Amino acid sequence: MLIGLAAAMLIMFNGRIAGISGILSGWLVQPRSGWRLAFLLGLIISPVLWSWLGTLPATHAIHNPWQILLAGLLVGIGTRLAQGCTSGHGVCGLARLSPRSLLATVLFMAAGFVTVFLLRHGWH
Amino acid sequence: MSLLSALISGLLFGAGLILSGMGNPAKVLAFLDLAGAWDPSLALVMVGAISVAFPAFHWAKRQPKHTSLLGKPITLPQRPVADRKLIVGAVLFGIGWGLAGYCPGPALATLLSAGWPAILFVIALLTGLLIVECYSARHP
Repeated sequence: MLIGLAAAMLIMFNGRIAGISGILSGWLVQPRSGWRLAFLLGLIISPVLWSWLGTLPATHAIHNPWQILLAGLLVGIGTRLAQGCTSGHGVCGLARLSPRSLLATVLFMAAGFVTVFLLRHGWH
Repeated sequence: MSLLSALISGLLFGAGLILSGMGNPAKVLAFLDLAGAWDPSLALVMVGAISVAFPAFHWAKRQPKHTSLLGKPITLPQRPVADRKLIVGAVLFGIGWGLAGYCPGPALATLLSAGWPAILFVIALLTGLLIVECYSARHP
């Protein structure tokens, strides 16, 4: 709900789509883009503010650095080619009924399901 | 004003990711693990986010002057339905998502709180974005 509210706010006040990969790559190309910097800053400092008010929920990540490195590269290349990630296609794209985003969301979900299936159940 | 609203939107987005569990890669991988102990709760998070954002985008599409409440131009993508880049990109992204359980938003929202895996992921993510950026600048 908060994610939806944030996306609603960005389109209604700033006229922009809350797609994280798009905002990030846009900022890489135009580092002085003020609204992108402000949004990314808010996103990055949110756990800091959260920890002042309460306890952050625990997170558990995989600990194979090569797997994380490969995952990051694939996510970077993939979201740049597809021009969107979970937020841009999955939330904003579906909320504005974009057929392109629906296709992207179905594909990345399916690829995610298959990858986890192969990693956890495939090679035993 | 527009910087302030972007900052607040970023803060709310981050809080939403942390609260919903999207910031926890183990939970994301449990959502993607259909054949294991499947945890469908993140699908509800997505449905919740879409339903709240839906009226806002409906409103945005109907603005006659295409300007936001703060007078900024409303930029909604107008691209062809599908091309090879979209398909290849979405599949690569999905494989990367399934490998580690991180996508761009949650990785940034836990950059300062989740230790080295999130930091390493973000460095690789930026590298991936730059690789495509440099490649497409040379091959327009």
